[in-house]
Amino acid sequence: MTETLNTFRAGPDEDGHFGIFGGRYVAETLMPLLLDVEKAYEEAKVDPAFQKEFSNLLEHYVGRPSPLYFASRITEKCGGARVYFKRDELNHTGAHKINNTLGQVLLARRMGKTRVIAETGAGQHGVATATVCALFGIPCVVYMGARDIERQAPNVFRMKLLGAEVVPVETGSSTLKDAMNGALRDWVANVDDTFYVIGTVAGPHPYPAMVRDFQSVIGNETRNQVVTAEGRLPDTLVACIGGGSNAMGLFHPFLDDDNIEIVGVEAAGEGIETGRHAASLAAGKPGILHGNRTYLLQDNDGQIIEAHSISAGLDYPGIGPEHAWLNDTGRVHYVSVTDAEALEAFQLCSELEGIIPALEPAHALAYVLKVAPNLTSDHLLVMNMCGRGDKDVFSVAEALGVNL
Amino acid sequence: MSRLGDRFSLLRDEGRGGLVTFITAGDPTGAISTQILSGLPSAGADIIELGMPFTDPMADGPSIELASGRALANGQDMEKTLSLVSDFRKQDDLTPIVLMGYYNPIYAYGREKFSNDAVAAGVDGLIMVDLPPEEEEEYRPFGAAAGIDIVRLIAPTSTDYRIATLVENASGFVYYVSVRGITGTTSAAKRDIVSNVGRIKAHTDLPIAVGFGIRTPQQAAEVAAIADAAVVGTAIVEKIANKLDAQGNPSRGIVEETLDFVSDLASAVRGARNRSIS
Repeated sequence: MTETLNTFRAGPDEDGHFGIFGGRYVAETLMPLLLDVEKAYEEAKVDPAFQKEFSNLLEHYVGRPSPLYFASRITEKCGGARVYFKRDELNHTGAHKINNTLGQVLLARRMGKTRVIAETGAGQHGVATATVCALFGIPCVVYMGARDIERQAPNVFRMKLLGAEVVPVETGSSTLKDAMNGALRDWVANVDDTFYVIGTVAGPHPYPAMVRDFQSVIGNETRNQVVTAEGRLPDTLVACIGGGSNAMGLFHPFLDDDNIEIVGVEAAGEGIETGRHAASLAAGKPGILHGNRTYLLQDNDGQIIEAHSISAGLDYPGIGPEHAWLNDTGRVHYVSVTDAEALEAFQLCSELEGIIPALEPAHALAYVLKVAPNLTSDHLLVMNMCGRGDKDVFSVAEALGVNL
Repeated sequence: MSRLGDRFSLLRDEGRGGLVTFITAGDPTGAISTQILSGLPSAGADIIELGMPFTDPMADGPSIELASGRALANGQDMEKTLSLVSDFRKQDDLTPIVLMGYYNPIYAYGREKFSNDAVAAGVDGLIMVDLPPEEEEEYRPFGAAAGIDIVRLIAPTSTDYRIATLVENASGFVYYVSVRGITGTTSAAKRDIVSNVGRIKAHTDLPIAVGFGIRTPQQAAEVAAIADAAVVGTAIVEKIANKLDAQGNPSRGIVEETLDFVSDLASAVRGARNRSIS
């Protein structure tokens, strides 16, 4: 039986659950601190002074609102739906990540915390955290898998320029999930003075809801902009999903507009059938990791399986718990796109629009390129261009066999 | 009475605190792990804490994470961990075994099936690091029906209000995590342990074991004099790791040297008079 809900926007419940997903599955040492973060966030959320400082910085420091851009040549190429890009790649630091790090660092200051830690995969969230910490003069430590440090040298240097300390994590697969373990371990040992800035809509409650709220500026702006441009709301929204923060930021303000089709695009890596992918909804099952229950890539024994994607930002074996719930309720439709398809979209977007997209939104674009030709010319499709591709030129060159 | 209850009343009769020894099931291999486990009681372990390997042990330090990795690389899984216990029970029906680990492997195995299979194998208690009282409702009925003791972790950050909630559904004993941090890093000051054990005693009559950061026989003896038991994990796991060659293969004497260390811990603990027991 399909449950009929009055709203898809009311979650989570008071214990941080979205249906069976979410929650606070953490060691006792962290529980009192999580309760503190939750209380401080609930207060900040309704404090006009906090909201004013946040939106002021979003405007003057981040550069919001980001444009809603009509991608005329992609539209022409597809010959179907009218395709718009929400240009979050034009934000300061080149991605949507800073919307969230700004909000969390403001909260950390409000709580009197004097040290900030973060995890990062590709380095985008690390850079965005280090940036805001530099702005406020707060010491920042970023945990990063040793393998990612090798793959993402420019971002490591950026973080150092911004004054952050980058700590290599050598355990496990030495990638994003291990960086998150490293940050959680630091937090357990430094609960008094440290605030953990989580980079996506995952982790224990209140993080999934809090990160979603900070990122919802994307969807709220889009609502106004699309009405200004087209006189009505869009028909389809598309965004890529690793942990899922850019997607949740775009989707959440539209969840109760039930005639809008909403699509999340996971990374299928080398193909779901190869086992080398990062599509936790397509090929995972519910389990508990990093403080919440969600769909996870895991074996029958409940051991976490390493994710694979050409895009380091999608390379995570889980997904935000609210996405897991939106998947099970059927409100959001989740699909997946392979490395090869994303690479093709990456090149096409560069050639046709003069926009080099990050590999993450290149996944969303690859899906758009598949469906837009079959839609009518009055169909409005908005895709979140959540990051720019400068960081990816080396890995794309390598994948295309080009020697730089 | 349960094995845990019997063991703590025996310790009380002997007027001393106990030694809880931690090893990871299947570390470094199933065969060696079986030998170490079976030697622990005669080396002087009063209670055995057996780690269920997990790929992402977030509350543990590098030594115990590496132990999980070795065990998993050699094919350890929940079924093998439970067989390890049932094999042990063929020779020892008195020494309590407490499984320690993370919730996902239990959730994946099936909560009810896990609880029943664990009790059938001879498991007495369960520590789930990442299942705080806020979430434990979803497991508690299964553990209770099977008759498994739920050992709760209490941290230095736990408020008095939380301690009261934490001990409400605890059984067997409570485990005081004496440092803010992960396993095997820093050690707590003695006076902090004394005051926190006192804080917990005000809320429960359950025995209190203290762990995290206890690395030497002397530290174990000190803690066993304050609490009802001292837990040593990382230091034992490191003895095992030190007897692996560069390729990770066990060297001769790995079992004996590990058990010798446990004997040293046990004699120190036995030499300490427990002041907290009246």
